[in-house]
Amino acid sequence: MSGTETVGNAPAKPKLTRDPKVRALVFQILAVLTVIAFFVYIVHNTLLNMEQRGISTGFGFLDRASGFAILQSLVPYSETSSYGRTFLVGLLNTILVSVLGIFFATLIGFLVGVLRLSKNWLVNRLAMVYIEIFRNIPLLLQIVFWYFAVAFNLPSPRQSLAFGEAVFLNNRGMYVPAPVFGEGFSMTVAAFVAAAIGVVFLVRWARRRFEATGQTFHTVYASLALLLGLPLLVFLVTGAPLHWDVPELKGFNFRGGLTIIPELFALTLALSIYTAAFIAETVRSGIQAVSHGQTEAASALGLSHARTLRLVIIPQAMRVIIPPLTSQYLNLTKNSSLAVAIGYPDLVAVFAGTTLNQTGQAVEIIAITMAVYLTLSLSISLFMNWYNAKMALRER
Amino acid sequence: MSLKRMSLVAATALAGLVVTGTANAGATFDAVKKKGFLQCGVTTGLPGFSAPDEKGNWTGIDVDTCRAVAAALFGDAQKVKFTPLNAKERFTALQSGEIDMLSRNTTWTYTRDTSLGLNFAGVNYYDGQGFMVSKKLGVKSAKELSGAAICIQAGTTTELNLADYFRANKMEYTAITYDTSEETIKGFEAGRCDVLTSDQSQLYALRIKLPKPDDAVVLPEVISKEPLGPVVRQGDDEWFNLVRWSLYAQLNAEELGVTSKNIDEMAKGTDPNVKRLLGGEGVAGSFLGVDDKWAYNIVKQVGNYGEMFERNVGQSSPLKISRGLNALWSKGGIQYAPPVR
Repeated sequence: MSGTETVGNAPAKPKLTRDPKVRALVFQILAVLTVIAFFVYIVHNTLLNMEQRGISTGFGFLDRASGFAILQSLVPYSETSSYGRTFLVGLLNTILVSVLGIFFATLIGFLVGVLRLSKNWLVNRLAMVYIEIFRNIPLLLQIVFWYFAVAFNLPSPRQSLAFGEAVFLNNRGMYVPAPVFGEGFSMTVAAFVAAAIGVVFLVRWARRRFEATGQTFHTVYASLALLLGLPLLVFLVTGAPLHWDVPELKGFNFRGGLTIIPELFALTLALSIYTAAFIAETVRSGIQAVSHGQTEAASALGLSHARTLRLVIIPQAMRVIIPPLTSQYLNLTKNSSLAVAIGYPDLVAVFAGTTLNQTGQAVEIIAITMAVYLTLSLSISLFMNWYNAKMALRER
Repeated sequence: MSLKRMSLVAATALAGLVVTGTANAGATFDAVKKKGFLQCGVTTGLPGFSAPDEKGNWTGIDVDTCRAVAAALFGDAQKVKFTPLNAKERFTALQSGEIDMLSRNTTWTYTRDTSLGLNFAGVNYYDGQGFMVSKKLGVKSAKELSGAAICIQAGTTTELNLADYFRANKMEYTAITYDTSEETIKGFEAGRCDVLTSDQSQLYALRIKLPKPDDAVVLPEVISKEPLGPVVRQGDDEWFNLVRWSLYAQLNAEELGVTSKNIDEMAKGTDPNVKRLLGGEGVAGSFLGVDDKWAYNIVKQVGNYGEMFERNVGQSSPLKISRGLNALWSKGGIQYAPPVR
């Protein structure tokens, strides 16, 4: 009885080659190494072949001067800027059209989705017609339609449609006055930021008071007053340091002001309208997924129709809506690369197009471009996943 | 002499031996010969240079440059398949081996010749960049174009020349960059831009696509040198030689007065220059790795350079471009081919 029995009770330690944990680890490491080796081989092979064919490689070209002009740029850009800068300009243009597209698509999509469920026969049929038309016509055709058939048929610069004496619309784009910020305008901006922070605290305070005492507070009106009033007050006190640069016709074109180019207009419109049709269906299915019992329960509690929608239906519908909505946002961002069809200077047109052709470094440029779209898409996914987690049903 | 250099010399001598023996050809040359047709990259449709006619046959000066190579290699100018490419796709298509040669009004530049792994085999059209404007603007010179909106095709030397010209003259402009020449001319037609800029030959070609060609004028300024010519991959000198000399054969034929119509008569004549070109008297087609009748086949089936020019872009075509720089050196132009000797 002196210690031998413990050996018999403990499970025999298996041999190293038989240990499932060790084996799993070894095979996983092997698999990863194979994948790495495969990519190393591919990259090495590509580089070797390109060198043998006398094709220059590397990312040195990003510092060379580009020498060509770009139609629309959100950052200062000229022909002497580097190819690295053309990349930035293209990227920002892609992000601009994606953000605008996502914004308008969501707006139109939610509206049409709700209208699709309207009890008014005409309204709900109109929404259906919208959805069926726009989601069933290829996006490229829609882009081409809005650009070549609509934007091009606006009048020429000399016969521009004028709205007041400040906004002009013609086939070269929409010309609007540009704000020119004078000295001291930053004070107004600071006031706005302060007001925004104030609103956050106000909302928190109002909620706490509501939970403690049951008294409601008109947060919406108070917030609006704060957000508009405070900056306006500061703006007037600092002597209104802002004037407008109004566009006027000089020579061939309008000069001054801000120009919204027809390419941006057509692309944003096509992307929003097309994606909105899909979002509308997502919204409809999301709302229909909330069981009717919830609505009945809400009206039994005496909630008004609007409050039922806001407090009961939408929060539950969002859980169903958000995941497919994410896919639509991703699609919209990737579809924005169709810009090349109408000459909108997005990343694909400027960088994977002109820059690629001027430098001839296809492998590097396509790799960068793919990496960018991957990053954009993953960022949108991450954000939407976070939002989804926030909206998810909390089980207590 | 170092050992390394000696072995280099030895290797070169050995290679020379092999070449003179059998005209051992490079990879592209062999591959093209084996598959029995030439895959040639052309434009997606530019009248006079490369465009399909109503029957679907490709015609144009760039197309004929391809056909001349096929005539030299196979004795049959029809053994060509065409791959339409836009400006952005063309070099990648050639580098990747999708096409055997590129004949797509491509400008010969330093960067393209040295950093893309490609070689320019000659110049089949000397061009220069110009501007086309609507007549009703009343513009007489490119110097009056400050502030204009300009339509342009992406990925071309045109884009760079335009930027240089406006910068040099301290003028402003807005560039609207389209992917294809069809979109570019549509933009010009709809008034998205005041000016269309491209190589002058293209301006004439695009102008006849307008509903009223007479409403547009081409301005006199030529702002760049645009030598256009066929391109091949680096690393196959035999193939390069064949493409280069197919073009030179056409130029030499024009200089000697040999046309597709009088060629059989001329071949019977006594001029030793003509005999060398057409019959391989004193020189052999095997230097190029082809039949002795290679130049005869080119001129008989495709025509000499002058015939090719007139038929596609010259007076007997809708474009009506005058020879200008593209006349032979002996007639005031700069087209000049080394002698066949």
